Amino acid sequence: MVHQVLFIVFALICVAGAVNLLVQRHPINSALSLVVVMASLSLIYLLLGAEFVAAIQVIVYAGAIMVLFVFVIMLLNAGAEERTRGSRVALFVGVPGMIVLAGTVGWLLVSGSGKLGGVEIGKLSFGETHQIARLLFRDFLLPFEITSVLILIAIMGAVVLGKKEG
Amino acid sequence: MVPLSWYLILSGILFSLGVFGFLLKRNIITIFMSIELMLNAVNLSFVAFANYWNSLAAKSPDGIAKLAGGAPVIPLSGQVFVFFVMVVAAAEAAVGLAIIIAVFRTRETLNVDRVNLLKL
Repeated sequence: MVHQVLFIVFALICVAGAVNLLVQRHPINSALSLVVVMASLSLIYLLLGAEFVAAIQVIVYAGAIMVLFVFVIMLLNAGAEERTRGSRVALFVGVPGMIVLAGTVGWLLVSGSGKLGGVEIGKLSFGETHQIARLLFRDFLLPFEITSVLILIAIMGAVVLGKKEG
Repeated sequence: MVPLSWYLILSGILFSLGVFGFLLKRNIITIFMSIELMLNAVNLSFVAFANYWNSLAAKSPDGIAKLAGGAPVIPLSGQVFVFFVMVVAAAEAAVGLAIIIAVFRTRETLNVDRVNLLKL
């Protein structure tokens, strides 16, 4: 019962933040509502028993990435969004297509709900840091090392792109 | 007990909202934030399915969950995938925001309708 109430509260906060992201016209308001979405998602990860993922969601996403976004918005002194026409294909094909896709997937999930089972809080010791560390440094060692090269390339790319011309 | 499908439906709702933001917003930074929202939605379904496989492994007699073909599933690999998605998202945010700054320097605008050339 408590689990369901907590899930519904945080899911509603999540969806409200995401809708607010779309409705707001100023990018800084959108960025702050995205922080709300990420914080409540990290609580939903805790309800799923994923402690490590919940912690890095707050540290990496809400901490590092969103600070970068807010920094760029303030650096560029971004004002409210201009109202322009935009792409007609996106409006008349993309939006109905996405509604149909989301409806189909949602219907499949609702009809197959029994097979998926449920989530019980506190039942499984699961997602603890030492278990994830064992996987990362043993089974997924090669992908883990490749991501460090990826990060290095991203740093160099950001420096090259940010450099002033000349 | 909360059905697993609730988590997946929440993930679907967040993903669709991200797609709508991507299609309808005109500010390049907000579009980029919609992409981050979609990545978050996918992360939620990864964690939900990691929980599903873990509960199957806990129920099975030998403690290993298996796919329909009999191949074993590494428990918690969904959460490790979330880690990789976050790494890629961080790299993407660094490069993407550097590109936005470079575009803004030459065009003085953040409206995507005015940024219609790959050239700076």
